[in-house]
Amino acid sequence: MIEIVSATRCIECDICVKVCPANVFDATKDGAPVIARQEDCQTCFLCEIYCPTDALYVAEVAEGPTGISEAEVEARHLFGGYARALGWKRGKAGGSEFDPTHRIRVAQ
Amino acid sequence: MPKTATAVRSAPEGLHLAADVLVLGGGPSAAWGAVAAAESGATVVLADKGYLGTSGATAPSNTGTWCVPPGDNRHTVVERRWQRTGELADQRWMLRCVDTAYRNLLKLSEWGYPFPSEDDERLYIANLRGPDYMRFMRRRVLLAGVTVLDHHPALELLSDGDAVVGAAGVGRQVEHDWRVDAKAVVLATGGCAFRERILGSAGLTGDGYLMAAEAGATLSGMEFTGKYTLAPHGSSLNKGLPFRWASFHREDGSAILGPTGEPLRNGIGDREEEVARALIEGPVYARLDQAEPALQGWLRQGQPNCFVPYDRAGIDPFSDLFRITLRAEGTVRGTGGIDIVSDDCATGVPGLYVAGDAASREIMTGAVSGGGAVNSSWALASGWWAGKGASTHARRRGGKAFRNEVRPLGQAGLRPAASPRADIAATEIIEAVRDEVTPLDKNFFRSGAGLEKSGERLESVWRDVRDHLQGEGLERIRTREAASIAAAGRWSVAAALHRSESRGMHRRTDLPGKKLSLAHRLVINGVDDFRIAGASERLAELAS
Repeated sequence: MIEIVSATRCIECDICVKVCPANVFDATKDGAPVIARQEDCQTCFLCEIYCPTDALYVAEVAEGPTGISEAEVEARHLFGGYARALGWKRGKAGGSEFDPTHRIRVAQ
Repeated sequence: MPKTATAVRSAPEGLHLAADVLVLGGGPSAAWGAVAAAESGATVVLADKGYLGTSGATAPSNTGTWCVPPGDNRHTVVERRWQRTGELADQRWMLRCVDTAYRNLLKLSEWGYPFPSEDDERLYIANLRGPDYMRFMRRRVLLAGVTVLDHHPALELLSDGDAVVGAAGVGRQVEHDWRVDAKAVVLATGGCAFRERILGSAGLTGDGYLMAAEAGATLSGMEFTGKYTLAPHGSSLNKGLPFRWASFHREDGSAILGPTGEPLRNGIGDREEEVARALIEGPVYARLDQAEPALQGWLRQGQPNCFVPYDRAGIDPFSDLFRITLRAEGTVRGTGGIDIVSDDCATGVPGLYVAGDAASREIMTGAVSGGGAVNSSWALASGWWAGKGASTHARRRGGKAFRNEVRPLGQAGLRPAASPRADIAATEIIEAVRDEVTPLDKNFFRSGAGLEKSGERLESVWRDVRDHLQGEGLERIRTREAASIAAAGRWSVAAALHRSESRGMHRRTDLPGKKLSLAHRLVINGVDDFRIAGASERLAELAS
């Protein structure tokens, strides 16, 4: 579930408000977006990869919040982890040309 | 310049647009439908509950396609796949699907979608990485001149008495109502995941089924909702592929055995059955210890989403045991949906077309799951046909549109039959439906007695929904979702009871084995008072 919008990383572009398919975020007048409907989060991690500054963290538990702290996410280098694994950078798509899934299909 | 939709009226009272074709949905079939309709010269509006690019089951996934290049081999491949469909699929549809899907995959490469290459440098077009694919499709939809309304869930269809002539809903971020008058509507709203926490499920509440049924369309294959997929316990990652190379263990460490008595080394496909049986008894743990080091690397790089839960929980899935679950997938990886009556994906209701998981995929994959691959090719093909079909209908209809009085068709969750009651709430309705259609011991393994009980409970839930569930403003989105989920659950259990045999993912413990007399599809017509009938004649007609 979405758990963290880092106020120190966020540049208030509100892209997450726009792209979240579950409409989890609300924009605010003078700051970072807020998690307004956490319960609706489908734990798809897509907000993270669209975020240009890796300011969002979605924890792995889909049923409810884990309560993980921003300090822990930062210390474990988890911000932007999924984007890096895909090859997306600063909210831009990339890396699909290196997808080795065809090798997995052969192995299967 | 592509033609664009015209504004009839704008805020503050709401948004009112007119277009030739309205596409509802935001996944791949909606995108292909919108592009196809716009390329045929239609003005197109696409309205989605979420965001075109991230909505649906495809965007958060990495999905193979059923990619069968042209050639003599195609008939053999289709024939072989048909053998596995429980005799309910239709080879003519399967053949035309792989043909159109292949062409559209080539179109993607012509448009510059960054496919990977094989060792011989040829593009590998049989796989689509969800986030990249759907972001790319959004751009193609916008380039085609389509007016895209993100976060504009549809609540109901509009009819002029003869045909569907548009839809109405609410913009959940702008907080005003919208209405689009259209000469044809494509329902590409996806399947029903019954609110299971799986990838894409936020939008997949079966809204299209209820809207179509209210307009008089027929459903088929609703009993085939017994597909579940493995996931790390508590996670949303319903992706089975890594479990192809896993071992499975009970709490006490004992190995789960396969049908031959050997420890299970592959937990996907038919082997989900052994895991399901163990999960009913108690917690189950897995380890991806059958993957060689090279394969481990490919899995990590090729299926990065599958590893997000492990990395965040601090687990090495190749060496550590971790707890797993089977996630219910409703009609998303099931096969049920709105029945198609002709090659252009028409529903039989004039002006209403259907694509992707909103459509029944029984003609493609019968009683077994279309998994990712067949469903992905189906979205590529059915979206295209529905978009073309809708634009042809719009052209034929021409100036006749909007002559008669337009009436909204929505009932349950919007306009209750009796007085609204505040104690009948969407969340509780959904929980009550989930209790009947998601537990493994009720829905993976089914029995006549169990289905009877579930059916009675769902009837009572449905009566509350029909008579008393209502919301105001944005709350209508949730009451309508609850009504759609309740309707889908009720249809599914009724169809499962009607199918007095076991076939594919419909597993009746009291009636194992197929019956020759039931080697046909079951179609459902009606919402409150519905009828189930065999579709043997129609199937014969389609096959001829």
